[in-house]
Amino acid sequence: MARLTAGVGSSHVPLLGVAVDQGKTGDDYFGPIFAGYDWTREWEKAEKPDVVILVYNDHASAFDMKIVPTFAIGCGEHYKPADEGWGPRKVPDVEGHADLAWHIAQSLILDDFDMTIINEMDVDHGLTVPLSMMFGTPEKWPCKVVPLAVNVVTYPVPSGNRCWALGEAVARAVASFPEDLNVQIWGTGGMSHQLQGPRAGLLNREWDNKFLDMLESDDDAARWIPHIEYLRETGSEGIEMVMWLIMRGALGKKVKTLHRHYHIPCSNTAIGHIVLEPA
Amino acid sequence: MTEAAKPAADIHAYLAELEDIPGTRVYTAARARKGYHINQFAMSLMTGDNRERFKADERAYLDEWPISEEAKAALLKRDYNTLLDLGGNVYFLSKLFSTDGLSFAEAVSTMTDMTFPEYRDMMLKGGRSPVGNRSIKANLAAAGAEATKEGY
Repeated sequence: MARLTAGVGSSHVPLLGVAVDQGKTGDDYFGPIFAGYDWTREWEKAEKPDVVILVYNDHASAFDMKIVPTFAIGCGEHYKPADEGWGPRKVPDVEGHADLAWHIAQSLILDDFDMTIINEMDVDHGLTVPLSMMFGTPEKWPCKVVPLAVNVVTYPVPSGNRCWALGEAVARAVASFPEDLNVQIWGTGGMSHQLQGPRAGLLNREWDNKFLDMLESDDDAARWIPHIEYLRETGSEGIEMVMWLIMRGALGKKVKTLHRHYHIPCSNTAIGHIVLEPA
Repeated sequence: MTEAAKPAADIHAYLAELEDIPGTRVYTAARARKGYHINQFAMSLMTGDNRERFKADERAYLDEWPISEEAKAALLKRDYNTLLDLGGNVYFLSKLFSTDGLSFAEAVSTMTDMTFPEYRDMMLKGGRSPVGNRSIKANLAAAGAEATKEGY
């Protein structure tokens, strides 16, 4: 049977991809950010996941306003890096795991989550930046990926509770997949940031760290944080953190923290990163 | 046994709260609807051909879209705060940032009352504090209390 062995939370700031692509990861500005991922890159080399279920949001790349799916799962064989206005990132194509993805999609629908199914799309920095942060610059990504795209742009976005419950359902779906696979789930985006209006640039170190504490704890209080709290405390784009709750919900009641890192700033954003395993 | 139905959320209270954040335009359904063609115009700049056509004659390119004169003027001026009011969303508008060769942070700084170097400096020093930036109503109440105390 497939095993869900770990969860990772991570920011997916596009500038991090630029730093990787331009070889700036060791400079004064980016050095402290990338150093926080050194541990995780070594750990991933040892863990060798077969598949990562990668929860992220599309930033007006694969989807425009014509269609806005709340939860969508990529069931394709492969995905190309999107052109986000400067040409596609020169990173490897992303290989899907169509068997597992279709199994999860079917299981989720039977479990009352009405998923949108994607067969073809390009994937933007929301998905490829976390791969670069965890795996560096390989010729080929070392694992397959099941993209799970969440609408966190057009309100109402899904509630924290719904995200958490989706994570629980993803865990059940993985557990019923007959092939022996080492599966991780990553929740990406955040942490505090606001990219619009006169309040742009808002960051909240204290709140972000309280959120990381909540993810480490045995209780599920984080699922009940209302949208308005993310907006007031973490900026209008901090709402991306609901995607971390899908990851946390999938890991079960108790978790063990393997690694945690926080850094301000990267461009407009607070960088947060946590590695958890079910305990 | 069937589970008790969850009480419906109060959508009016929910939407009213989203308008209570200082200096912020939450991308609600109402804004998404109002700004639909602004955002789709911005998305059209994802292809090199369209970027070239737009740069060659911005006004003529904008005239191909069913958007208001006010929105066209704001797009020509790169007046992003007005565009947010008209239903623009920053992820879509960012296609215009990249067409202009502006970094995301520099474009974002134009929506604040700071220059880009000042904005960058604020971010390096830990960013904008949430203190005093959480709620329009709370700020008004605090200002009212202050005014009363000072005997205005």
